[in-house]
Amino acid sequence: MNFDFTDEQVMLRDSVARFIQDDYDFDTRCKVVASEAGMSKANWDTFAELGWLSVPFAEEFGGFGGGPVDLMVMMEEFGKGLVVEPYFATVVLFGGLLSRGGSEAQQGDFIPRIIEGSCLGAFAYLERQSRFEIADVQTRATRQGEDYLLDGEKVVVFNGANADTLIVSARTAGEQTDKHGITLFLVPANAPGVELVDYRLMDGQRVANVVLREVVVGASHVLGAVDEGLPLMQAVISDACVALGAEALGIMDRLNAKTLEYTRTREQFGVAIGSFQALQHRMVDTFMSCEQARSLLYRAVCALEKEDDDPARDIHALKVMIDKAGKHIYGEAIQLHGGMGITDELDIGHYAKRLMMINATFGNGDYHQGLFNALSYGRDAA
Amino acid sequence: MDTSFSAEDLAFRDEVRAFFAEAYDDDLQARLADKATFREAVIDWQRRLHDKGWIAPNWPKAHGGAEWTPTQNFIYETERAAAGVRDVVPFGLKMVGPVIYTFGNDEQKERFLPRILRSEDWWCQGYSEPGAGSDLAALKTRAERDGDDYVVNGAKIWTTYAQYADWIFCLVRTSNEGKKQNGISFLLIDMHSPGIKVNPIVSIDNHHSLNEVEFNNVRVPVANLIGEEHKGWTYAKALLAHERTSIAGVADSKRALAEVQHFAAREQNGGRFLIDDPLFQQRLSDIEIELMALEYTELRVLASVAAGGAPGAESSLLKIKGTEIQQAIQELRMELAGYYQGVLPTELAQEVLGHSFGSDARQAFMYGRAATIYGGSNEVQKNIIAKAVLGL
Repeated sequence: MNFDFTDEQVMLRDSVARFIQDDYDFDTRCKVVASEAGMSKANWDTFAELGWLSVPFAEEFGGFGGGPVDLMVMMEEFGKGLVVEPYFATVVLFGGLLSRGGSEAQQGDFIPRIIEGSCLGAFAYLERQSRFEIADVQTRATRQGEDYLLDGEKVVVFNGANADTLIVSARTAGEQTDKHGITLFLVPANAPGVELVDYRLMDGQRVANVVLREVVVGASHVLGAVDEGLPLMQAVISDACVALGAEALGIMDRLNAKTLEYTRTREQFGVAIGSFQALQHRMVDTFMSCEQARSLLYRAVCALEKEDDDPARDIHALKVMIDKAGKHIYGEAIQLHGGMGITDELDIGHYAKRLMMINATFGNGDYHQGLFNALSYGRDAA
Repeated sequence: MDTSFSAEDLAFRDEVRAFFAEAYDDDLQARLADKATFREAVIDWQRRLHDKGWIAPNWPKAHGGAEWTPTQNFIYETERAAAGVRDVVPFGLKMVGPVIYTFGNDEQKERFLPRILRSEDWWCQGYSEPGAGSDLAALKTRAERDGDDYVVNGAKIWTTYAQYADWIFCLVRTSNEGKKQNGISFLLIDMHSPGIKVNPIVSIDNHHSLNEVEFNNVRVPVANLIGEEHKGWTYAKALLAHERTSIAGVADSKRALAEVQHFAAREQNGGRFLIDDPLFQQRLSDIEIELMALEYTELRVLASVAAGGAPGAESSLLKIKGTEIQQAIQELRMELAGYYQGVLPTELAQEVLGHSFGSDARQAFMYGRAATIYGGSNEVQKNIIAKAVLGL
C-alpha cells in the first residue's frame, strides 16, 4: 500500500504548478475571463506544447496513456489556479466519451486534434427539465434513411460557444426518463440548424444553450451503440466527478492556505488575529475537512484504478464530501477574511464560486447522498 | 498510488479469519463477559495471540515483535473488529512497551519486555492527576531521591484497570526548576509496593474501570527510571502520538455502524423498518461517509509512518475525527434503541426482551462520552494542530 506519486506524476504536477505561478496569476486569469472568447488560445497552445492535452489518451493516438491519478494531480493544480481554459470540457468530457465509446475512425479523427490543441469539444447532456438526471432526455433523434434528424434544446453546455464539435445526448427510443433509448451524436457546431446562445457563469466559465432544429447527421456520427448511450455517459461522468473532486481539493487547499496566511498578518486589538483560539480552532476544523475530502478523493481514484471494483459508492461519497467540505471551507475563508472576504477584488470569492459550480455539476451532495443511500441501505442492495 | 491487496495480503487475511474463528471461542467470550473471570480471560486471550506470534505486530523483531506492514495492520484490525474480537489491553503492549524498547536500558528491556509480551504483568498508565488534566505538564506527584530509591507522593486519576494492575508507568515531578515540562521523569512503579492505594471510580455507565491511585511514601528503585531524570516529558510525548493514532478506532466504528444497520433492518416504526426511512438513512450515511474518509486518512498516516515518518500532529486529526464518529454512531444507536435504551442490563430484561440492544447501546453511549476527553481532550488536540501543523 502506498499513496506516493510516480516521478512522472510529480513532474506533471510541477509543470502545471509552475505555469500557474509564472503565467496565470489572478489578474491574468481575470483578464482571460473578461476576454471575448473567455479563454486564451495562447494558453491552450501552451497546454498542447507541454503535453497536458494528451494525458488521458491512448499512446496509439499520440496520447500519454495516463490514468485517473495523472488526471487528478493536474486537476488539483488547475483548481489552485482557477484555470478557465476548457480542459475539463474538452479533454475530460468530450475526450473521455471518445476514448471510452468512440469507433476507431472517430478516435483517429478527433483525439490527435485534441492533443495538438486544434479541436475544442463540448458535451451537451443537460436539458431544462433534467437537473441531475442525465437519463431525462427530451431531445429527439429520428431516423431518416441513413441519417438522423436531431430536434431539441440543450442548456448550460460547458465550452459550448468555443467548441467546434458537440457530443449531444438524444432520445432514439423510449420515454423521457427511460434508461434505455439514449444515443450520443457527434454534431459539428456549425451544422445547419444548430443555434448557440452563449453566456457566462459565475465561475468565469463560458457556456451555451444549444438549440437543435432538424439538424441532419449521418449514422457515422453516432458515438457508441444506438440506444445504449447511458452507460457510456455514466462511465465518463464517474471519471469526471473524480477529476472535479481533484479540482475542488486544489481550491480548498488554496483557500485554507490563504486564510491561514491572512490571519497571521492581519492585526486587530494589537495582535495577529491568528493568535485567537476561537479562530485557531475554526482553521483546524477547515484543515480537517480538507484532509477528509482528500482521503475520499484518494479512495475514489484508487477505486477507479482497480478496474474490478465498482467505484460508485466511493464516488458518491466523494461528491457528498466535496459539497460539505467545500461549503465549510469557503464559508470560513470568507468569514475569516472579514470585510475583505466579501469584495470582488479578492480571489477568495472567486474560489468560492468555482466550488459552488463544481458542487452543482453532475449532481450536488444531496443527490449523491440519495444514490449512496440507495446503494448502501436499499432493500435490493441488502 | 496503490491500495490493492497482494496475493500474500489475501492469504494473510484468510489466516487471520481462521485464527479468530478458532481461538476466540465461545468459552473465552463467556469468561470475558463475566466480571469475575474478566482479568484471567484477557490474559488467556493475549497468550493465545502471543503463541501465534501476533501479540506485538508493530514492535521491532529484535524485541519479539512482528513488524507488520501497514496493509497487514489494516487487514488485521479490520478482521478483528468485524469478528467482534476485543483489542489487547494497550497499556503494556502499545504504550509502555515501545517506551521501554526505545528509551529504556538493556536491563529494563530484558526485565520488562518479555513479561509484557507474555502478559505476565498487567500495566496501567499514571498520567492524569486531580489537578493536571489537559494541562498534563502541571502534574505534582513528587519523586524525591533517597539513596537508591525515589520516594513517591501524590495521586493519579482516571487510571483504567488499576484494580487489575501489577505495574504502573508514571510521570512524576523530580524538579520544580525551569519550565514545568523539564522537571518530569518517567518512572515504572510496582503496584504491589507498600503505600499504594487504589480507590475505585464508578463511571456514568455504572461500571468500574476507572480509579484514583494514591501514593504515600512509596519507595521505587532508581533502576526503574526510564532514560534520563527530568526528560520524561519527551518520552511521554512520543508515546502520546501513538496512543492517539490507536484511539481513532476506525475498524471498531465500522463494526458498530454495521450493527446499527443490522438492527435498523429489524426495528419498525409505523410498520416501516427504520432502515427504509430516508431520514434515518441520511443520518447513517452522514456518519458512514466520514468514516470512509477517516479510513483513508488513517491509511495515509500509516503509510507515511511505514515510509519512515513519525506519527506527528496528524495523529491528533485521527483522534478528533475518530472519537467524533464513535460518538455519532453511539448517538444513532440510542435513537434506534428507542424505549429500550432505558433498560438496565439485568438477566430478566435479556430474557423477556430476547435482546440486550438497548442496554448495550446505553453502555456504549454513556462511556463513549469519555473518548473526546481522554488521550488529551479534543480541544487540546486542536491546539496541537494549530501549533504544529498550521504554525499558529
